[in-house]
Amino acid sequence: MAATLPASPYKDDPKMERSDPQGRPPSVRRTSPWADTVFAALAHGAALLTLALLLGILVSLFVGAGPAIKEYGLSFLWRSEWDPVQDQYGGLVVIYGTLATSAIALLIAVPVSFGIALFLTELSPLWLKRPLGIAIELLAAVPSIVYGIWGLLVFGPILARYVQQPLQALFGNTPLLGTLVSGPPVGIGILSAGIILAIMIIPFIASVMRDVFEVTPPMLKESAYGLGSTTWEVVWKVVLPYTKTGVVGGIMLGLGRALGETMAVTFVIGNASQLSSISLFEPANSIASALANEFAEAGEGLHQASLIYAGLVLFLITFVVLAASKLLLMRLRRGEGTRT
Amino acid sequence: MNPTQETHATMSTLGSTAATLSLQRRNMHARRKRTNTIALTLSLAAMAFGVFWLIWILVETVRLGIGGLAIATFTQMTPAPQAETGGLANAIFGSALMVSLATLIGTPVGILAGIYLAEFGQRSWLGSVVRFINDILLSAPSIVVGLFVYAVVVAPLHGFSGWAGVLALALIVVPVVIRTTENMLSLVPNALREAAYALGTPKWKVIITVTLRAARAGVITGVLLALARIAGETAPLLFTALSNQFWSPNLNEPMANLPVTIFKFAMSPYENWQKLAWAGVFLITLSVLLLNILARVFFRNKH
Amino acid sequence: MKFTLIPSLARTALAAAVLASATGAALAQDVTGAGASFPAPVYAKWADAYNKATGARINYQSVGSGAGIRQIKAKTVDFGASDAPLKDDELAKDGLMQFPTVIGGVVPVVNVQGVAPGQLKLTGAVLGDIFLGKVAKWNDPAITALNPGVNLPDATIAVVRRADGSGTSFIFTNYLSKVNAQWKSTVGEGTAVKWPTGAGGKGNEGVSSYVQRLPNSIGYVEYAYAKQNKMAHVQLKNAAGNFVQPDDANFKAAASGADWSKSFYQVLTEQPGRDAWPITGATFILMHKAQDKPAAATQTLKFFDWAYANGDKMANDLTYVTLPDNVKALVRKQWGEIKDASGKPVAVK
Repeated sequence: MAATLPASPYKDDPKMERSDPQGRPPSVRRTSPWADTVFAALAHGAALLTLALLLGILVSLFVGAGPAIKEYGLSFLWRSEWDPVQDQYGGLVVIYGTLATSAIALLIAVPVSFGIALFLTELSPLWLKRPLGIAIELLAAVPSIVYGIWGLLVFGPILARYVQQPLQALFGNTPLLGTLVSGPPVGIGILSAGIILAIMIIPFIASVMRDVFEVTPPMLKESAYGLGSTTWEVVWKVVLPYTKTGVVGGIMLGLGRALGETMAVTFVIGNASQLSSISLFEPANSIASALANEFAEAGEGLHQASLIYAGLVLFLITFVVLAASKLLLMRLRRGEGTRT
Repeated sequence: MNPTQETHATMSTLGSTAATLSLQRRNMHARRKRTNTIALTLSLAAMAFGVFWLIWILVETVRLGIGGLAIATFTQMTPAPQAETGGLANAIFGSALMVSLATLIGTPVGILAGIYLAEFGQRSWLGSVVRFINDILLSAPSIVVGLFVYAVVVAPLHGFSGWAGVLALALIVVPVVIRTTENMLSLVPNALREAAYALGTPKWKVIITVTLRAARAGVITGVLLALARIAGETAPLLFTALSNQFWSPNLNEPMANLPVTIFKFAMSPYENWQKLAWAGVFLITLSVLLLNILARVFFRNKH
Repeated sequence: MKFTLIPSLARTALAAAVLASATGAALAQDVTGAGASFPAPVYAKWADAYNKATGARINYQSVGSGAGIRQIKAKTVDFGASDAPLKDDELAKDGLMQFPTVIGGVVPVVNVQGVAPGQLKLTGAVLGDIFLGKVAKWNDPAITALNPGVNLPDATIAVVRRADGSGTSFIFTNYLSKVNAQWKSTVGEGTAVKWPTGAGGKGNEGVSSYVQRLPNSIGYVEYAYAKQNKMAHVQLKNAAGNFVQPDDANFKAAASGADWSKSFYQVLTEQPGRDAWPITGATFILMHKAQDKPAAATQTLKFFDWAYANGDKMANDLTYVTLPDNVKALVRKQWGEIKDASGKPVAVK
C-alpha cells in the first residue's frame, strides 16, 4: 500500500497551488526576461533625466550670470555697491543678510525644536502628545507667506516695543553690543527676519527630530535608565548620539529652507541694499528677497546677471553648508563604538 | 602604637575614606540631578517659547481664515477692489490643477530616480553625482527654479502659462521625492530583499512588491511633504503662471492660483481683498493637513 | 485597494487637465497685461466691468512698472503698464508706443503720533533731505520751522521707500531731483535707484503697510492707497509757493498744463499752477507697434476705448483723475500706429 499523506486542507485552494502533496514540482511560470532590463532602464533613465534637469538649472544659471562673472569675478563677494542707476553691483549686502538671518534662525530654532522633540517623546502626558504633534505638523503646512505677513503686522510692533527699544536703552552705549543694537527700533531688519525664519523652520526641524527620537530602540533607553541615568542623561548621551544622522539631517533641512526662503523674509527684512552697519536692527536684504523684488524688472544686462550671480552664490553657500554637515557627521561617527 | 590601636587607626581611616566616598557619591548624585532639572527646565522653556508663537500664528490663521470663508468663496471669481461679492473659485481651481499635475509628473520621476539611487546606483558614479546635485537642489530657493522656467519656457514662448507653473512646481517636487524615497528604501533591511531573491523573484518585482511596499509609508510621506511644500509656493509661480483675474482653466494661459492671489490681496488696502487672502491661507493649510491625515489613515493600517 | 487609488486619481487629474486645455482653447483668449501697481485698482475695476459688459477677459497683473516694461519688451504679455514713461528714443528702439490712461498723485505719508492727516507741511527740499538721510530726526529745525505749533517728537525718522522697480518711485524721484539739488547729483531719478537710506516695501501696498506699522516713519504712496488706509498725508509747497493738499482737484490742476500733442512723454511733477499738486503723474500703457498677435491687440484697444468712454466714474471713485477729452482723442488717433504684419491698423472703430 503506497503511503499517502493526509489530505491537504488547501487542496482546492487555487492560491496554494505550489506543489501538491504527492511531490510533483510546481509549474514554473517564467516571467519575461526583458522586464528586468526595461525596469532597470526606466530607473537609469529617471536618474539621468533628473541629472539633466538639475544640471540644466545650474548651467542656465551660470550662463545667465555670465556678464556679471566676467565683470566682477570673485570680487562680487565682497563688493557692497548695489546701484541700478549707475549699473554697479556687488553681493556683500545680500550675502551678509542671508547668512545673518539664517544664523539667527538656526540659533533660535535648534534649541526650541530640541525642546519640543524632547517634550513630545519623554515628558509629555499622553493626552497632550497627539494634539501637540498635530499642531506642529499643521504649522509645517502653513504657507510661508503667512509667517511674513504675521511678522510684519503682529510680531514687528511687539518686537519693537518689548525687545528692540529696551535693548537699545540698555546697551546703546556699550562698545560692541551698542553697534549691534543701533538702528531704528521699528521691528524690521535682520533680527526680525531671523526670528520669523526661526519660527517658520521650527515645525520642520521639530517633526524630524521627534520622528527620529521615536525610532530609538526602547532597549537602549531602558538599559540606560536601568543603570540609574536621569532623563536628561538618557536623552543627551544615548538618544541623541543614536539619532545624530537624522538630527543633523533635520537641521540641514531647516537651514536649507531658511537660506532660500523668499516670502517670509521679504516682508520683514526691509529690503535695503546698503550695509551701513552690522546692526541687527537695520533693514537689510537677502539673496532670495532681492531676487523676488528685482528680477522681474531687471533689464537684460548687468543688473539681471548680478542677481543670477547672487543666486549662484546661494547655491554655493548651500553646498558649503551641506559639506560641513557631512564632515560633522563623519567626525561624530568616528567617536562611536562598533555598530551592529 | 600597639596593634589594637593600629587596627583602630586603619579602621577609622577606612571608615573616613568610605565616608568621603559616599559624600562624593552623594555630591555627584546631587549634581546630576541638578543638571537634569536645569536642562529639562531649559528645554521646556525653549519649547514653551516656540509653541507660544506657533500657536498664536495658528490661531490667527484659523480665526481670520474662517472669518473670510463663505459659500461664495468657492463659487465666485476673484473680485475687483471694493466689490461686494467675490470668491476664490478660479484661484482654488488653478492651484488644485497645477499642484496635482506637478505632483503627478514629479512623483514617478522622483520615485524611479530614488529607486535607482537605492537599488542600482549605490556605488556608481552616476548615483554619487545625482545624490550630490540633488542635495544641493533640495535646499535651492524655489525662486531660482521659477527663474529657470521663465528663461527656458516663458521667455522663448512669449507668454506666461499654467504649464510653465506646473513645470516649475514639478522641479521642486522631484528632489524632495528622490531624497525621501532613497532614504526610505535604504532603511528596508536587506534580509527582506534576500528572502525575496531566494524565492526566485526577479529584481524588478523585488523592488516593486517587496522593497517599495515595505517603505511605502515613508515614500508616501515624502510625496506628501513635497505636495505640502508646493501648495504654498508663491515665488516660482510669480514668474511662470503669473495669475489671472478670471476663471482660467486653460493651461496655456496665465492661471489663477491661491499663493499669488493671497500675496496680492493680503497687503492691499481693500478689506474685501484682505478677507479673501486669509480665507485662501486657511484653505491651503486645511487641505494640506487633510491630505496628511488621509495618508496616515490609509497607509498605517497594514502591519 | 490603495494601489488602484493613485492611478485613478492620476487619471482624473490628467483628464481634468486635458479638458481644461480644450475648453480653454474654445473660450476667447485672455488678453494679458502686467505692470504698475499705481493704477492696478482702477484697471482691475475696469476689467471686471468690461467682462460683465462684453464677456471679454482682460487679465491685468500688478508686478511693478519696471517689470511691466521688461515683460512687454520680452513680448510675454500683450500690453505693459508703467508710470514711468519711456523716452521717445527708447520707444523707437523696441518698436513700442505708449499712451496715458489715468492721472494720479503720489503723496508722502507719515506715521507720527499726534500728526493728523493733512496737518504736516513740508517742502520738496526738506523732503529730499529726509530721504537723503540728512534730516534724521522729526524735531529737526528744518521741519519744525515749517510746522510751528505741531508737536514733533525727538525720534529718528524711519524712511520707507520702494523695494521693487516702480513708476511711483520714478515720479517721486523725478520730483525730488527737480527740487533738491543734492538729490539730483547723488541719487537721480529712476524706477529703481540707490536709496541712501530706508526700508523697502514691495509695491504701494508694501510701503503703506510699513508706514502704518512703523512708528515715526515716512513713505510715499499713490493717493488711493493713502486714502483707503486712512493714512496721514502731508501738505507740500508747490512751484507757485502755496502749500497744497493732495486731492483730485489739485491733481487735475497739475495735469492741465501738460501739452500732449507733441509727445505722450509727460512727467507732471512741479507743474506751475496755483493749486497744482507737485507730485502728479500719468500712468501709461505700452504696446508694440508691429503686432504678432493682432487679435489680442484689437481686444486691448477695444478695452481701453471702452474704458475711456465708460470708465470715468469708476476711476474717479477710486480717486484717479481721468484724461480730458481732447487727450483721449489724441490717444485714439495714435492707436492707428499699431499695425499687424500686413500693415493694417488693428484698431477697429
